[in-house]
Amino acid sequence: MAKASFEVPEITGVTEVPKIEPDTMAHLETFRAKPEFMEALGFPGEMPEDWKEKTLEAMGDMLKKYRSLQVFLDSCVKCGACTDKCHYFLGTADPKNMPVARQDLLRKVYRRYFTLAGKFFPKLVGAVDLTKEVIDEWYNYYHQCSQCRRCSVFCPYGIDTAEISMAAREIMDRIGVGDKYCNEIIGKVYRIGNNLGLPEPALADTLEGLEEDVFDETGVNVRYPLDEKGAEILLVTPSADFFAEPHVDGLMGYGKVFHEAGVSWTLSSYASEAANFGMFIGSYENMRKISLRIRKAALDLGVKRIVFGECGHAWRVAYAFLNTLAGPFDFLDPDYPVPQHILEFTWGEIQKGTLNIDKSANDDMVVTFHDSCNVARATRMGDKPGGQFEIPRNVIKAVCNNYVDMPEGTIKEATFCCGGGGGLLTDDLMELRVKGAKPRMDALKSATDEYGVTHMAAICAICKSQFTKVIPYYGFDMDQIVSVHQLVSNALILTGQQEEGEEESEEDAA
Amino acid sequence: MPIEVNGKTLETDEEGYLVNLDDWEPGVAEVMAKEDDLELTDEHWEIINFLREYYEEYQIAPAVRVLTKAVGKRLGKDKGNSKYLYGLFPYGPGKQACRYAGLPKPTGCV
Repeated sequence: MAKASFEVPEITGVTEVPKIEPDTMAHLETFRAKPEFMEALGFPGEMPEDWKEKTLEAMGDMLKKYRSLQVFLDSCVKCGACTDKCHYFLGTADPKNMPVARQDLLRKVYRRYFTLAGKFFPKLVGAVDLTKEVIDEWYNYYHQCSQCRRCSVFCPYGIDTAEISMAAREIMDRIGVGDKYCNEIIGKVYRIGNNLGLPEPALADTLEGLEEDVFDETGVNVRYPLDEKGAEILLVTPSADFFAEPHVDGLMGYGKVFHEAGVSWTLSSYASEAANFGMFIGSYENMRKISLRIRKAALDLGVKRIVFGECGHAWRVAYAFLNTLAGPFDFLDPDYPVPQHILEFTWGEIQKGTLNIDKSANDDMVVTFHDSCNVARATRMGDKPGGQFEIPRNVIKAVCNNYVDMPEGTIKEATFCCGGGGGLLTDDLMELRVKGAKPRMDALKSATDEYGVTHMAAICAICKSQFTKVIPYYGFDMDQIVSVHQLVSNALILTGQQEEGEEESEEDAA
Repeated sequence: MPIEVNGKTLETDEEGYLVNLDDWEPGVAEVMAKEDDLELTDEHWEIINFLREYYEEYQIAPAVRVLTKAVGKRLGKDKGNSKYLYGLFPYGPGKQACRYAGLPKPTGCV
């Protein structure tokens, strides 16, 4: 682990509300996107001369397009319910990371130019003129919001800070002020097909390697097919599943489950990305363009079903928006959910009894589960309310003997963000990422102290990457983070699988 | 910030990666490692060279699993794991080693 150039918060197992320390995070500005990255997404490369008019024009546009935005900006009564709910506030003590203060950054400009009181009596209503300093402050603090929506659960008016934060990013993009991390990545999806920039030959090579590994381990030919026309299922998964650990162990698990279920499936090199960073930057156009790639791949390959792998915000886009962004999906089999989550698929197979599970394979672990914010608060799985909480836990419990939850108030709809969501998973925001992980780390420590938890399972590529990177700062080990389908993979005995040592004993006998 | 390598000034991006991948020469890795207070050993070079070979073929850094598998094959099974790689490159093999090897930084949810 690298040395920290900032103070790492101490964890005790209980997250106390810190005493405020103004401007502790004012210095943190993520790298801005170069003109070429901006232009590739249809945004101006640099701030235009008339940036002020353009900003207000963009804001007016957003207010018209999203009625919710205006309601959120109008309805806050400053009750304070949200103030201690944001993991970034709890970890940094910077009062501008309180959700209400974050909203106010946009609200004060909205009031000045779009409300009567603000136009005539700005000082009375906290309205301010739009200046470059205001834009700079927007840039810093709207890139300290992971759009996790925990605050909105506690807001009596249901104000969604994520939506305000997305709108702010879109407004900034429209005046040439965008962040490098998200915008460079979206450009790669258009050029190459995925966030990583993994071209088809590399993808094919990686998948071939996985087939070899599973064969070496089990003696069974499990396939990880790419661009196979006529397959029944198109699997769309975050490209981190091809690249990083423990993500890839999850991907191996999906393949094993499909194999045992006896369905044909394929990945697509054209739509080799489930993630949709268009949502993080609040850009409908970019979100749509990325989503349409999935539609095209499904049509080109002639699949009947679409299944999404373990990715938090991808499931939000898929579950909540895919049909309006890229539908109708009337060419898919209506007997299955459009789209379906891999956990719904696996849970279905477990219930049908098609999977031969040896739970003792995970007996070296005491597992807990981190609810990903977008899955927990913006989607569902299965056909019952709360399925997004129950199905992942049901699957884990079906493949592990030792499962415990972290404390109430840190899980399910009140789950804490990993600290790296919303397009903030970049090294130049490491201070924010480490500090923002504190509430989750407290909860993990509590479960570790009380129940001896050894591993935390996650169902989101960002969560997995964020945790493996930041938990060492808190004294945990990166190997403690696992994919849910990695646990499935460990416990799943494939049909015809050689038991350990079987090969040698046969040789001995001969 | 540009870096000085054997009398030449080479351009790097905000995060210290080479802007022009063709600028790379072994001296680049040496200079970058020195800035990180890291001394490059043969073990480090094995990784850097593999990354460059893989990049040349596939135009992308290898996946962690591809890398650990290749290292395991070449240097022995006990070294074919991320622990060993993190031991060599504390900022992560994917990022720090790629930077030394003159490869672009892997982006995305990694």
